[in-house]
Amino acid sequence: MAFINLKDKVIQAKVVYYGPGRCGKTTNLEYIYEKCRLQVNSEMVTVKTQGDRTLFFDFFPFDMGKISGYDVKIQLYTVPGQVKYNSTRRLVLKGVDGVVFVADSAAERRNKNILSLRNLEENLTLYNKNIYDIPLVIQYNKRDLAKQGIEILDVETLEQDLNTALKAPWFEASAVEGDNVVPTLKKIIYETMSSLEKQLK
Amino acid sequence: MILGQKQLDKIHDTLTENLIGSGVQSVMLIDTAGNVIASINNGNESIDLYSLAALAAANFGAMSCMARIVGEDEFSLLFHKGEKENIYFCKVNEELLLVNIFNNQISLGFLRLKMSKVVDELVGLLTD
Repeated sequence: MAFINLKDKVIQAKVVYYGPGRCGKTTNLEYIYEKCRLQVNSEMVTVKTQGDRTLFFDFFPFDMGKISGYDVKIQLYTVPGQVKYNSTRRLVLKGVDGVVFVADSAAERRNKNILSLRNLEENLTLYNKNIYDIPLVIQYNKRDLAKQGIEILDVETLEQDLNTALKAPWFEASAVEGDNVVPTLKKIIYETMSSLEKQLK
Repeated sequence: MILGQKQLDKIHDTLTENLIGSGVQSVMLIDTAGNVIASINNGNESIDLYSLAALAAANFGAMSCMARIVGEDEFSLLFHKGEKENIYFCKVNEELLLVNIFNNQISLGFLRLKMSKVVDELVGLLTD
């Protein structure tokens, strides 16, 4: 649920990076935080376990500048990917306006991607949101693993597993190397703002 | 959620008069998704509002889940006491939360009384 302040002319919208554990959601945010410091006037908040895994979420507000006279702030969140943290994932999804689903390209993670996408669909339903309607971008992350000799799924397989019905915009990416991290962000911001504009008309 | 200038002005007035005027250092009205609806401080605070709002909304959500696990509908009081600064959270309605930061010069009881009045006023404003 975006919030529009007509007095101060500020729009706040929430974008959540979702996906299975260790797929690179936090790495995406860390890269954006480092490369776009001018647009982030805040420290990155991370609530982690001792083992450095995301316990609750990572967060920072991303300042988009002015659009049609309004200051647009995109609140970027990740969820904890581990299966056992579903209740915290649900909390983070509350009021979500757009989702980046980060899939792990490693062949051995194929089933985890599918389960996580199903889990996203279920959790959105709790907030009366439909995965087919919400602004969604899919990122096929860790394409760089092939260089290390680790077997990865080809994009056709990933598309077939995850995006046959959704037909969401998608990117091949390597969050560690920064490949397509910013284009993914730009796309979800564009999709989210377009959706808000439609809702306001 | 869209709030117009009149509503926001009235929210600002009631928070300033009842809370900042009573010695609260900083007060924020946020939604349960972590968006900042209104924030006012006494001029002596510089807080990262957006981070605090995200954490406060998550904290409140987690507490609500814990309440349900132990068989309560909700915990009405959420209070964190520090050495110098304290935080008090209060639910306004299903969507909004009020977060106060205050020091030890104000008693929690006094603040709760003030908050109760503010919540009633906010509910009235938001349903107008």
